[in-house]
Amino acid sequence: MTSSSPKPNSYRTLPDTDGHFGNYGGRFVAETLMPLILELEQAYKDAKNDPEFQKELDYYLKYYVGRPSPLYFAERMTAELGGAKVYFKRDELNHTGAHKINNCIGQILLAMRMGKTRIIAETGAGQHGVATATVCARFGLPCTVYMGAKDIERQSPNVFRMKLLGAEVKPVESGSRSLKDAMNEALRDWVTNVEDTFYIIGTAAGPHPYPELVRDFQCVIGNEAKEQIMEAEGRLPDLLVAAIGGGSNAIGLFHPFLDDKDVEITGVEAAGHGVHTGKHAASLTAGAPGVLHGNRTYLLMDDDGQITEADSISAGLDYPGIGPEHSWLKDIGRVNYVAITDKEALAAFKLCSECEGIIPALEPSHALAHVIKIAPTMSKDKIIIVNLCGRGDKDIFTVAEALGVKL
Amino acid sequence: MSDAIIGGKDRIEKRFAKLKEEGRAGLVTFITAGDPDPEASFEILKALPEAGADIIELGMPFTDPMADGPAIQEASNRALAAGMHMRKTLSLVRGFRDQDHETPIILMGYYNPIYIYGVAEFLEDARNAGVDGLIVVDLPPEEDAELCVPTVEKGLSFIRLTTPTSDDKRLPKLVQNTSGFVYYVSVAGVTGAGSASNEQIIEAMERLRRHTKLPIAVGFGIKTAAQAAEVARQADAAVVGSAIVSKIAESLDENGKATDKTASMVTGLVRELASGVRDARK
Repeated sequence: MTSSSPKPNSYRTLPDTDGHFGNYGGRFVAETLMPLILELEQAYKDAKNDPEFQKELDYYLKYYVGRPSPLYFAERMTAELGGAKVYFKRDELNHTGAHKINNCIGQILLAMRMGKTRIIAETGAGQHGVATATVCARFGLPCTVYMGAKDIERQSPNVFRMKLLGAEVKPVESGSRSLKDAMNEALRDWVTNVEDTFYIIGTAAGPHPYPELVRDFQCVIGNEAKEQIMEAEGRLPDLLVAAIGGGSNAIGLFHPFLDDKDVEITGVEAAGHGVHTGKHAASLTAGAPGVLHGNRTYLLMDDDGQITEADSISAGLDYPGIGPEHSWLKDIGRVNYVAITDKEALAAFKLCSECEGIIPALEPSHALAHVIKIAPTMSKDKIIIVNLCGRGDKDIFTVAEALGVKL
Repeated sequence: MSDAIIGGKDRIEKRFAKLKEEGRAGLVTFITAGDPDPEASFEILKALPEAGADIIELGMPFTDPMADGPAIQEASNRALAAGMHMRKTLSLVRGFRDQDHETPIILMGYYNPIYIYGVAEFLEDARNAGVDGLIVVDLPPEEDAELCVPTVEKGLSFIRLTTPTSDDKRLPKLVQNTSGFVYYVSVAGVTGAGSASNEQIIEAMERLRRHTKLPIAVGFGIKTAAQAAEVARQADAAVVGSAIVSKIAESLDENGKATDKTASMVTGLVRELASGVRDARK
């Protein structure tokens, strides 16, 4: 730890009752939404304390999502890198192929508890949209997914999947036509349909209580990993690595380990064409604190406070903000944040495919790229866990194009 | 700095007192600063009081106006594309204030551009430019102390939005520390969408007046003189935004540039709306 800020006794007690993680988080929403946000907060509190809710959640996570996901020793990649032992937390094996469904199951159970009858969501890469459409099909609720027109072009397989699942996919043409604009449009829908609609936010960001509840639903990743590494190695890992767009898979892996002071933690942002080029999505590395989408957090913006466009080969990381808890963890120095370029992520994508027989999504390819850099510098008795939060089937067209291959 | 220029809640209070004297409701007009470009926007702004605007809401452009419908989103985009930013917005107000010492100007928008400007510096500059009040859409009372308290200390009005979802439990919190007037958003939704029925507005006015003695301005979805008149029979002011901003859009040439009709098309609509509001209680 390098920060000189005072260390809290525990890193796991936030947010406070107003939804703040230090200076970050909060509830920066239009007044129309405030009563709903407060209602959601209360409903989540009640659910959290209700053993029946937890039981129901566990049931679906086990039999529908397919949890626990394995913690897999990536033996060939470890040998290839010649340093620390690399384990993959295989959340790409979940139903729908990513970690997103952990949260969607939790939120739709909450929505039904609250008597909501219509679901909306935003999506970037389409993984969260697919997961939301999936749970809506499973529980029989109508579903509208907002998706940036630019993302619709580059993630067409996921668009088709959502439609097959019965969801309505609404293209968003405003702004940069990607994830942040999809989120604006979902908020506009929500403010218009306050009575019956539940907004399933896909990442650990947005107004309180979303960053908290999404994190809690994703903590199943870290809780399992902790148990599994104890079983496999008899000790905790030396390093955790996960990719960060909004930051839900990362906080899900990190949070259960935050108070284990010997576990180093690294979050990997998307550096796009390189942080120095200005074309990237590295809000923690190159942004500053601001207010957007219901929370105060690190953002990419100009000196007038106008939000700038993010840029990444990975649609799931292409967002100019970040979950507020990550902003706090950065400032306090508990988690180290780095950035990986498109090019480095593509190289990691290839290496993982070729030496482990696992085609990763472009999002965790960023995490893998950091592992490729760092593992060789660590001794062979060290242990790394990297969150393989999604599979790469959806990305093959993007990757083919980047590699100049015609399909 | 001349006292005639600097901003403050007094100017808003005086305006409502005058409206009361005249026995009529006021017309609040919204335009986005710098839409479609800074010069044309200034021409429109200057012409508003003479056309019948009693109070002016000036939108601070923002890239991500998540509580606004397409009309105001596009206005924001046009302004930003024409190089608008906060300092220019404040000079626009200052230019207006040099000529008009009476018409209140309220800046309306989202928090991030203010936060990045720096709250203290922003309030100082806004007051000196002649801004009288602020409406910040994404700052509910739970989060607004950092802006509301210094705004009030500076003598400016901090105007909160109340909505159909603001119940009796919530309203006391919303009217606390607010001054000038209370803005009632008459429908749950984004700007420019549907409008509330007369019955809904009457009911809402009754509810609000149990909680505040401040004047109440009603907005969202008011597009025509007849609708404005209907609102003006119940409320202390009617707010029109998207319809005016759409008029700006309509007046542009094929390249999206202002034409010689831009200002006159806007004032034409404002005149109609004003006559609706002025005749409402006759």
